[in-house]
Amino acid sequence: MTEVAYDVDDDTVAVVEDTDLPRRLKDQVYATLEERGDATVDDADELAKAVEARYLDTRVDPLDPVGTVSAQSIGEPGTQLTMNTFHYAGVAEIDVTQGLPRLIELVDARKTPDTPMMTIYLEDEYATEREKAHEVVWKIEATKILALGDVSTNVADMRVQISLNEDTLQERMITPEEVAEIIQDNLGVKAIQQGTQIEFGPEEPSYRDLLQLVEELREITFKGIEDISRVVIRREELDDGSEEFILYTEGSAFGDALEIEGVDASRSTCNNIHEIHRNLGIEAAREAIIEETNNTLAEQGLDDVNVRHLMLVADMMTNRGEIESIGRHGISGSKDSVLARAAFEVTVNHLLNAAIHGEVDELDGVTENVIVGKPIKLGTGDVDLRMGSTTSGSGRAD
Amino acid sequence: MQNSTPKDIGSINFGLMEPEEYREMSATKIITADTYDDDGFPIDMGLMDPRLGVIDPGLECKTCGKHSGSCNGHFGHIELAAPVIHVGFTKLIRRLLRGTCRECSRLLLTEDERGEFYDQIDDSRKLGRDLNDVTKAAIRQARKKDRCPHCGEIQYDIDHEKPTTYYEVQQVLASEYSQRIAGAMQGDEEAGIERTTPDELAEKTEIDIGRVNEILSGSFRPREGQRKAIEKALDIDLTEEDTNKLMPSDIRDWFEAIPDEDMEVLGINPERSRPEWMILTVLPVPPVTARPSITLDNGQRSEDDLTHKLVDIIRINQRFMENREAGAPQLIIEDLWELLQYHVTTFMDNEISGTPPARHRSGRPLKTLSQRLKGKEGRFRGSLSGKRVNFSARTVISPDPTLSLNEVGVPDRVASEMTQTMNVTERNVDEARRYVSNGPEAHPGANYVRRPDGRRLKVTEKNCEQLAEKVDAGWEVNRHLVDGDIVIFNRQPSLHRMSIMAHEVVVMPYKTFRLNTVVCPPYNADFDGDEMNMHALQNEEARAEARVLMRVQEQILSPRFGENIIGAIQDHISGMYLLTHDNPRFNETQALDLLRATRIDELPEPSGVDDEGEPFWTGYDVFSELLPDDLNLEFTGTVGDDVVIENGQLLEGTVAEDEVGEFGGEIVDTITKVYGNTRARIFVNEVSTLAMRAIMHFGFSIGIDDETIPEEAQARIDETIEDADDRVEELIEAYERGELESLPGRTVDETLEMKIMQTLSRARDNAGNIADEHFDDDNPAVVMAESGARGSMLNLTQMAGAVGQQAVRGERINRGYEDRTLSHYKPNDLSAEAHGFVENSYTSGLTPREFFFHAMGGREGLVDTAVRTSKSGYLQRRLINALSELETQYDGTVRDTSDTIVQFEFGEDGTSPVKVSSGDDNEIDVEQIADQVLDSEFASEEERAEFLGTKAEPTNLSEYADDRLVEGTEVTSDD
Repeated sequence: MTEVAYDVDDDTVAVVEDTDLPRRLKDQVYATLEERGDATVDDADELAKAVEARYLDTRVDPLDPVGTVSAQSIGEPGTQLTMNTFHYAGVAEIDVTQGLPRLIELVDARKTPDTPMMTIYLEDEYATEREKAHEVVWKIEATKILALGDVSTNVADMRVQISLNEDTLQERMITPEEVAEIIQDNLGVKAIQQGTQIEFGPEEPSYRDLLQLVEELREITFKGIEDISRVVIRREELDDGSEEFILYTEGSAFGDALEIEGVDASRSTCNNIHEIHRNLGIEAAREAIIEETNNTLAEQGLDDVNVRHLMLVADMMTNRGEIESIGRHGISGSKDSVLARAAFEVTVNHLLNAAIHGEVDELDGVTENVIVGKPIKLGTGDVDLRMGSTTSGSGRAD
Repeated sequence: MQNSTPKDIGSINFGLMEPEEYREMSATKIITADTYDDDGFPIDMGLMDPRLGVIDPGLECKTCGKHSGSCNGHFGHIELAAPVIHVGFTKLIRRLLRGTCRECSRLLLTEDERGEFYDQIDDSRKLGRDLNDVTKAAIRQARKKDRCPHCGEIQYDIDHEKPTTYYEVQQVLASEYSQRIAGAMQGDEEAGIERTTPDELAEKTEIDIGRVNEILSGSFRPREGQRKAIEKALDIDLTEEDTNKLMPSDIRDWFEAIPDEDMEVLGINPERSRPEWMILTVLPVPPVTARPSITLDNGQRSEDDLTHKLVDIIRINQRFMENREAGAPQLIIEDLWELLQYHVTTFMDNEISGTPPARHRSGRPLKTLSQRLKGKEGRFRGSLSGKRVNFSARTVISPDPTLSLNEVGVPDRVASEMTQTMNVTERNVDEARRYVSNGPEAHPGANYVRRPDGRRLKVTEKNCEQLAEKVDAGWEVNRHLVDGDIVIFNRQPSLHRMSIMAHEVVVMPYKTFRLNTVVCPPYNADFDGDEMNMHALQNEEARAEARVLMRVQEQILSPRFGENIIGAIQDHISGMYLLTHDNPRFNETQALDLLRATRIDELPEPSGVDDEGEPFWTGYDVFSELLPDDLNLEFTGTVGDDVVIENGQLLEGTVAEDEVGEFGGEIVDTITKVYGNTRARIFVNEVSTLAMRAIMHFGFSIGIDDETIPEEAQARIDETIEDADDRVEELIEAYERGELESLPGRTVDETLEMKIMQTLSRARDNAGNIADEHFDDDNPAVVMAESGARGSMLNLTQMAGAVGQQAVRGERINRGYEDRTLSHYKPNDLSAEAHGFVENSYTSGLTPREFFFHAMGGREGLVDTAVRTSKSGYLQRRLINALSELETQYDGTVRDTSDTIVQFEFGEDGTSPVKVSSGDDNEIDVEQIADQVLDSEFASEEERAEFLGTKAEPTNLSEYADDRLVEGTEVTSDD
């Protein structure tokens, strides 16, 4: 007998437990019965049956080919998606790939998205005070020399001269000494720093080297994360009505960003599913795939696509504990059946390889059975029911 | 044929074939390149040898005795004069050459390494990973060895010249070694290298001085150790590359000696595929049925590409043999060998990079074996995964509102071609005889009969009467399609499961398939020339499944979003809007006329009595007649007002798109989910007929006058547009003065563009608003936009107000000439006009320049659609291919066909996407159920049983049987 935490008698428990309801619904039934108090065992039975009927009615049927249905449900609206690569998502300042190209990118599980970006939420006072939030911004956004001051080349003396802007230095919390040191480390030249002036040049006078140095200087990241070219800070209203600062970045380096003080790792995300996989694990990656595909569809007004379909795609992509793409290099290419692989793409190579490895096609899947002309093992084809003939011979219709 | 038991393929093994196996399965050896003799008979041991199968009807196969059609053909073989490499395996051959010993043929791995890779292969195999990755790693490891760990032989590098030539590259002592040494001993003053005397050299290299002199004079070739010492001492390179071509016969000998255990480490199954079988000594000749020759009109025979290629191979093969026997020089033999290799290569794959493809006389590249398998039209995708079928028909579709949505109108000529097999019993023997006696031409006739002995007879006009008398129980009759038969109907592209649905046949005259217009959304069909396919089902299981699972009414709910995809469309919606918007009144005749095509044959109580004392019925009451009596609903409708339905009576609101439309019309959706598919079908059918009656009653037309606005409105529109032009001008001036402030994260140029776009789009909207003010609510365009039937207010704005900014790539039009869009404008003109702003409306007409810009925008749209369809088609194919194997199991898990669990519950909660709208969270309200169950509010015991889920749902029957189940009355469509 199952122990129940509700005040109901054993017979009631027996009838309720007898149903195919999941725990959560059984508990709800108990709660309802307890509340009413006066319900008889028959009442309980009826209630449980009614709830069960309602529950079973909305469940997927066994042997439903849910995979195909999900694939169709995502693929069919594909024709309605836009091709325009660039558009604005929420934040007008940042361009993000959208529509069909983005959907293809997600399903392909590309190593880096076309337009990587992060959405960074902040913790505590960082989220509420503009000053504090900016502190985080400077730690994330890559600061290049042109943001710190003016660079000029003195061709006569073969020197590069930098005059730093004191205000920006202060704002970005970096000292001229640090700047000089970073230059020395990166370019391997001796940099002379005096106040906000920094000067250096090639060891031997050479016009080419001088220009080369300036080029290299522009590439140096003085502060922040190299991959992040721009950060947009926005004050947004949350669901609970409170306001806080949220950072949107162009470029992504999720692992590095999470380390930074003030970043709320529990809410921040990025649109590169591989980075999420690396930093937060496969379950997070699955969530990210669902979230990203859903957003892509929603942005085009197709938010009526049932999330369950997206979940199935995400689950399929993450089933082996790593992100697999949908297509020749991923799921379709690693199928067990030779015929299924050959029927998808690169037909001849798959056949030749199968011969070498002495593969055996057990004909379990869909495509193989279509090829050899057998019924497929899905839906009604998966049921092996035959009507037995009654020997008495009477009462048999037709 | 009849008696052969259907064979069931259990599994398919892949592997290479041994030469001996080719010979064994061969029906004949092929030695002559000729095909037919002068009399047109195939030559024995030629490529068209009758033992290879038959293609001409009437002839008998010399091997199996069957006739063309039933004989599958038999392989022959060609004995190749010399072994040739199979092109498909060139990479593997290279790998094996590099990874095995040139002397003892064993894998160049130590026992430990071998074991390691063996385990890796084992793991990969179990995990279903790509074995090639391990093979590659093993070969990479083996290549590092200079000497064979087993026999100690020095290993040389293998060079692969694509596609099929292999060289062994050795570093040997250069022929002019003495000169090189002498040169180096001279030293180089400029580089600061001193001279070396022979004595010093001898000392450095620890070689006897006498030897050094001998070496210097060129009379002694230094050994390898000595060479290296000299090279080190003088810092020179004394070697040159010596390449030694490996002939296929050498490679074959080499591979023959590779032991089986070593093959396993590389993931090669030695039982099925020995590596030496990758070098062909016997070439199988495909049966003639695989390469049939075609007889042209002038009696000439045209041979298949494969035959042409085989002819080439045999010719070269013969020449090779003759030359070799005649003792031709090695050079000629090698040339012929290469030629033979080329022909065998292109026989198997004619698209190898680096080799010129073999061509037909006309210059067209030949389609050889690989090309036959590959790609969309190839064997796999074109003939095996997708097949052409019998019992199918295709023709143009046209609308027929008098049909039920479950039905399809089938032309009589199609119906008499597609047949259904009838098993004749005592009970239906009269019926069967009637069909047969009608013959094949008259419509409900029969085309074939099968006697109990299995003999199939064609029914003809002449023998039909006689045959009809003979037909008796135990016979089979292939009768024509008749009304009520179930067929499958499909429109490509079949993007979702609603693209293929089952319909009931209604045989009709003329040549098109007829559909009810409400099934257009699931098929995405219109009637501008669309064609659709029909398939007649050929066995009882299929028919039962189609009826129960695939009938249109079973597909009313879409699994994509869990709401109805079938519902009223276009004029139906306008009609419903007109009927319910202002709740008009109808007299008895009118009300009866509105409802005449529905099941309702008696009007309800009049809604009231008008001033003249005549009873009247309101639009609401007429519509409510179609609703189930106990329907209760309340929601915000299309027009923005609340729609209230109580006890099957519409009390408030307008019925339009969100109420009864396709893609989630609330009322249709609720009826389907609560009252079932059959009720929903009846409702949709009736709503559409009622709406058509209503729209006919009110009359509905649209013309150019409906979009024309009074002059004073036009003047106001012109004014707003001028205003906008001025504002754009101001922006441009500010920009040119450098006073324009850029938006965060944007350049000044981008900011200007954005601001101009904003200004102009506002101008267009304003123009539209002005135009709108002059349209009455009964303007047909407004009615259509408001009700959601077709078009939007934007369309109306463009017709009456201004067309607005034309865009390419989301920007104003910027392309064309240097710094300007058209030569009509000055360079760098940033004005609205010069960048594609169309200030005219479609009614007032576009200027030539505007028209041009408009065409640019329009063209982009067309290109975009074309690109999109191909991209999304491929996405769909990949998705389907990746997910097609997934299925829910009885335990609720989602697994693929190899039983890997992908989800423990579909969509985390096991909820069906069909039955629950994607917006809902599908919470079961236990409280509410308790209220209903325990406080018993059921009218009858039956209803109660239905609620408790103890009553079985009625089985799906036919259109007519269904109606008897629902409320007892029949649908009669009599208009």
